[in-house]
Amino acid sequence: MNLPVHTERLTKRYGGLTAVQDLDLTVRAGEVYGFLGPNGAGKTTTLRMLLGLVRPTSGTVRLLGRPPGAGRLGGVGALIEGPAFYPYLSGRDNLRVLARYAGVGADRVSLVLDLVDLTERAGDRYAGYSLGMKQRLGVAAALLKDPRLLILDEPTNGLDPAGMADMRTLIRRLGAGGCTVLVSSHLLGEVEQVCDRVGVISRGRLIAEGSVADLRGATGLRVLADPLEVAAARVGALVGEERVRVVDGGLDLSIEPDRAAWLNAELVDAGVAVRELRPRERDLEQVFFDLIEKGTADVA
Amino acid sequence: MSRSFRAETVKLVRRPASWLLLAITLVLSLIFTYVFPYASIAGGTTGPNADRTLPMLLPDRLVGNSLGGLPVFLGSIVLILGVLTVGGEYGWGTWKTVLSQGPSRLEVYAGKLLTLAAAALVVVLAVFAVGAVSSALIAVAESQPVHWPSAGDLLTGIGAGWLMATMWAMLGAVLAVALRAVALPVGLGLVWMLAVQNLLAAIAAPLLDWVAQLQKGLPGPNAGSLAAALGAPGDTPGVAASVGGGQAALVVAGYLIAFAAVGGLLLQRRDIG
Repeated sequence: MNLPVHTERLTKRYGGLTAVQDLDLTVRAGEVYGFLGPNGAGKTTTLRMLLGLVRPTSGTVRLLGRPPGAGRLGGVGALIEGPAFYPYLSGRDNLRVLARYAGVGADRVSLVLDLVDLTERAGDRYAGYSLGMKQRLGVAAALLKDPRLLILDEPTNGLDPAGMADMRTLIRRLGAGGCTVLVSSHLLGEVEQVCDRVGVISRGRLIAEGSVADLRGATGLRVLADPLEVAAARVGALVGEERVRVVDGGLDLSIEPDRAAWLNAELVDAGVAVRELRPRERDLEQVFFDLIEKGTADVA
Repeated sequence: MSRSFRAETVKLVRRPASWLLLAITLVLSLIFTYVFPYASIAGGTTGPNADRTLPMLLPDRLVGNSLGGLPVFLGSIVLILGVLTVGGEYGWGTWKTVLSQGPSRLEVYAGKLLTLAAAALVVVLAVFAVGAVSSALIAVAESQPVHWPSAGDLLTGIGAGWLMATMWAMLGAVLAVALRAVALPVGLGLVWMLAVQNLLAAIAAPLLDWVAQLQKGLPGPNAGSLAAALGAPGDTPGVAASVGGGQAALVVAGYLIAFAAVGGLLLQRRDIG
């Protein structure tokens, strides 16, 4: 089976600087994969290697089962490191030029302009576009070939909140339609909302990979109840006092989240009014920084 | 490659700078080849090119007059066109946009070179057309007979002009690839063509025999020799018969191929930033 994206020990060095090191990245067919990392972590260099724009120092890359570059990007659409177009052409004419390179019909131009909601301004010169419009044109260009694999590098850069929401909707729609999407970002919330799986890169190394829920980890339960003291005593007696902490007017419990129904019944039996009972998740941002810190420490 | 050629042609034709360069080429050609010399003849004044006589401006001298500017001044403008066509992709960061659509680097590069070669032909044909109209008007105004060069001479002249113009365009292309920019290649290219070549010819070559010999292998003097062999006025900057016309044509063609090949090799081997 040809994986949409598969790299083995992918490495890129610039002189003494290692931008990407021994990266094993696998994106499965039909998933939306988030490539997460801070600025300078090696995301864009990796994506450039995937597309054959940058040659790896060592390691291998396969896109849709083929090595990249040299005219082997059929079925692959990409927006890398911000949009770049010809300023003297209109948005529509820019796409027409790119459609010629791609060997696709002019009918795709109108279609992708509609998809990114840029039809009304398609006749304006690119030089007059706002950052958000440029970004949307970049996504439109990436969609020209009706790709099976879409690679988007920070696609929401420059978009306003409504534009960001539209972009997330578009990515989710593409993913639901069977298109494999690899989207890089340094925005945790963005990745969390659209991605099936996430890979975290730091200093050129993949330091974690899994679903957002896996990375976040469900570490316990959060309980809001009255009276709190009674609830704390009852839960402490049930699961052990060392697993109970009173935090911000509620209880943080270090127990399996699937024991929520049992715990609720026990508290109600004890005459406690349970106002809220939910899995207590680690803050994703904290998870991210913990991973980055751990990755940095491992490299050091 | 035909897809890339069509895409590059659209980009070149729709780019305002292309038309500006063509307009400058034609205006310079018209003014310095016909207007100033004719005004000098008509007014009896002296100065550069004032020793040109009326017969030198008539239609039978069309080939030489049309080629005279290509070794230096018009060649410089074509060099700028070459830099803009290739270097613009670096300046705007559009290499990644184009290559992400799937064509190989060499496919895109070949499309650019073919487009430049076609543009060079258009420039040369336009210079010949402006020259034809100007010389015919002068002949009519001075009640001189209108004798045109033979079709063979015209074709040879256009071919030689295309060879020179395309070589300079390829030099612009290879400079753009080597320096991955627009401004610096334009600057260096113009310094070479307008300053270094003239300094070598006017100062160094008369003093040092090895420089004089070296000149015979450089692109500018060979373009000048080719133009001279086909009748370009000897008082035009850069026009001098330092080698025979046949040898000059071969050397110019060699440079054309070498510039194109080196640019392709560099583009193929380097990362796209």
